[in-house]
Amino acid sequence: MNSVFRSDSVALPHHPATLNDASIQPWQPKNGTPDKDSLVKALSRIFIVISGAIIASAVQAGPREELLDRYAREAKASEAAFSAFSSRSGEALHIARHATGKPDTPSCTACHGDDPRRPGQTKTGKSIDPMAVSVSQSRYTDAAKVEKWFRRNCTEVLGRACTPREKGDWLTYMISQ
Amino acid sequence: MNISIRPVATALFVIFFSSALLERAQAGSGNYYPPVADKLTQDECGSCHMAYPAALLPGSSWRKIMSGLEQHFGDDASLDPASTSHITRYLVDNAADAAGTRHTRKMMRGVDTTNAPMRITELPKWISEHREISPREWRRKDVASKANCTACHIDASKGYFEDD
Ligand code: HEC
Ligand code: HEC
Ligand code: HEC
Repeated sequence: MNSVFRSDSVALPHHPATLNDASIQPWQPKNGTPDKDSLVKALSRIFIVISGAIIASAVQAGPREELLDRYAREAKASEAAFSAFSSRSGEALHIARHATGKPDTPSCTACHGDDPRRPGQTKTGKSIDPMAVSVSQSRYTDAAKVEKWFRRNCTEVLGRACTPREKGDWLTYMISQ
Repeated sequence: MNISIRPVATALFVIFFSSALLERAQAGSGNYYPPVADKLTQDECGSCHMAYPAALLPGSSWRKIMSGLEQHFGDDASLDPASTSHITRYLVDNAADAAGTRHTRKMMRGVDTTNAPMRITELPKWISEHREISPREWRRKDVASKANCTACHIDASKGYFEDD
């Protein structure tokens, strides 16, 4: 049926065939009396739709975005010139060899590796999952975890805490990867 | 929908019973060090290296380690006070010298459990078990450190530290 692709069919809100389709009316009793099974089915469909909506809204204002918002607010409060985070600066922070931290970990890449899409390795030899969000989807969704590791790793590599702008830049870079 | 409760209960009973048996069989095999079973300990102590089984060190060592996490073998592994005390309790309750952990006595040989080292790799028994490993083996790229048990003991995370 190629009528679906005709431009005039776009104007029709419902295809006539769809309205007669019994499959979209699951709670319609098949033999006159409401039967338990179809009620359960209908209720579970409603449940799926509602939970789908909840998940969708959670994804929209996800924990990563909330974290970035928080860093942006903090950055603005501490430096008037701040406008937006830069993925380029985040990358620079990630790969630069800093001389202010521990000698055996001059850069973030010492543990996280040169390619954010590939696994890294700790000093003790344990593998670290990739940092790029495209390959590690669950990353940066727990604000306390992110803050804990920024605290530890910035001291390790820079010999000081990272600024809100540095954290936001770095996070923006990893989200873009 | 009427799900009868009996088959479910039976299934649960079978699962519990057989896992209890399995646990016993493993514990009986000499070199079994039960993997960390506490989620917080696994998460917080298993990110830089494997979460070492509590039964590999006596309680006094765990206490010492847990009271100095800011300076943890050169790293900052510090945690909030609530997590620290939760993890300390888990490790001490399951330590090598805790009640009911007879199968781990071997690694405690020659150790004064009240003044034990902070490293598993400094226990006399650990040192003698690893004496014959050649320097070349230690320098293998994926080993990186003596503390990287899993590089050689592939089943370490399941609690087994036998020949590789
Ligand atoms: C000494 C090794 C090491 C260095 C150097 C290092 N990291 Fe990490 N990093 C880790 C480990 C280990 C983890 C936790 C393991 C995991 O999350 O898979 C981690 C986790 C993180 C996390 C949390 C990830 C999450 O899922 O929430 C962030 C953020 C982070 N690192 C940022 C950095 C930044 C920025 C630098 C450089 C300034 C850096 N790290 C350098 C070892 C390191
Ligand atoms: C930030 C990274 C990091 C975290 C988190 C961490 N450790 Fe460690 N741990 C290390 C490093 C580095 C060493 C030294 C490894 C070496 O010698 O190569 C070490 C060594 C150890 C050793 C001695 C290993 C040996 O040589 O026998 C023990 C025991 C230990 N850690 C326990 C813990 C416990 C318990 C926790 C959780 C509270 C923990 N670690 C969390 C980094 C970490
Ligand atoms: C470089 C490889 C290597 C590393 C790393 C390593 N081991 Fe071993 N380990 C061995 C070998 C090989 C043996 C076997 C010695 C034998 O059976 O004669 C052994 C033996 C043992 C034994 C005695 C097993 C038995 O059969 O009695 C224990 C327990 C043990 N290792 C624990 C550890 C722990 C805990 C760590 C990490 C802190 C570790 N090992 C790190 C190679 C390694």
